Amino acid sequence: MEKETLHQNDQELLEVAVMAGHILLENGAEIARVEETMERICRYFGAQSENFFVLSNGIFVTGNGNFEGQRGQYAKVQHIPVKGAQLDKVVAVNQLSREVEEGCYSLEETKEKLEQIKRMPEKSFPVQILASGIGSACFCYLLGGSLTDSAVAFAAGFLLYVFVLSVKKSDMTKITKNICGGALVTLFCILCHRLGLGESLSNMIIGSIIPLVPGVAFTNGIRDIADGDYISGAVRILDAILVFLCVAIGVGVMFLIYHRVFGGVLL
Amino acid sequence: MIIPVFVAALGTVAFSVLFGVPRQYYVYCGFVGGAGWWLYLMVTEYAGCAAEEAVFFAACLVVLLSRFLAVWERCPVTVFLTAGIFPLVPGARIYWTAYYLVTDRPADAAVNGFAAVKAAFAIVLGIVLVFEVPNRFFKINKQK
Repeated sequence: MEKETLHQNDQELLEVAVMAGHILLENGAEIARVEETMERICRYFGAQSENFFVLSNGIFVTGNGNFEGQRGQYAKVQHIPVKGAQLDKVVAVNQLSREVEEGCYSLEETKEKLEQIKRMPEKSFPVQILASGIGSACFCYLLGGSLTDSAVAFAAGFLLYVFVLSVKKSDMTKITKNICGGALVTLFCILCHRLGLGESLSNMIIGSIIPLVPGVAFTNGIRDIADGDYISGAVRILDAILVFLCVAIGVGVMFLIYHRVFGGVLL
Repeated sequence: MIIPVFVAALGTVAFSVLFGVPRQYYVYCGFVGGAGWWLYLMVTEYAGCAAEEAVFFAACLVVLLSRFLAVWERCPVTVFLTAGIFPLVPGARIYWTAYYLVTDRPADAAVNGFAAVKAAFAIVLGIVLVFEVPNRFFKINKQK
């Protein structure tokens, strides 16, 4: 069969499969999809008795097959740190795996395509910052804010993402980042409120903390649990809850500081 | 009714940008988010349901639409679902919980915290329920 003569080296095949899984997992795909995609690629290129075990932050693979012309076993453990999601990469890998199944690519080409997907650029910083601002303003308005509240929320969301993107590469833990994010937004909104901008302090803050909400982790966690991937689902949900809590702590701490410094009632 | 739905759609699109959704799907994400918020408003205003029930129904609609679109566009359902569910996330409740905690009103904090948990569970139930619908159902509709 042509399929089997396409390549002699199953090690490479498994590496390509792990690479596809890595990109998917890192960018916010559910566990079931990661496993399915890896299996699809392996099945098409004819790997034998391969096994995958995928967790929310790691992929474990073993397989039997031909390695440099000899029969042997293959095992690989790949650690995948939790990162921000970039769903276009998930879409691209998903598309690629379909095309592989339709027989469009050889293993080499698949690998090359995956490298390309890996290098796909993020949305530029100004676009992300603008999106954060618009999102904040929209949700401020939806949850009962007036137009001026929304304008302040826009600025706060804008500022928040400038902060988020500037600490993205730093070593700061996720917990600190989110507490700082929540506090920053609260501080900014309190300042604006003191200056007479905006009517309802609460609505402004509610709108502007929305960009910190861990949407991908939350929905994927639920779906993983629904699929029966309890460990990964629990980890992702825990991640989401932790972020929620940290943002709340950030907001609360800033309120407390304000209260201590200026005294009097809040709002 | 039209303005809030439009704003919800716009907000959803903004967050789909943050999640790196491919450009050609922005409109769909906005549509899903707007539809979810529309149902939420309808259910709370006209059916007189509690907020949590409304969140449940809206979440169901969001997941349903996301799955249709996923089959239609042959792309992962996550793309539409993640941003579309955003308007339903109980961000305001979480804020009030924190606020009442620091202002030393534990009873109010508990009420809001509990409401946030209920809303989150309503979303969970909606997602889990609609994902039980077999994929076949969505495929049949595609061929029409």
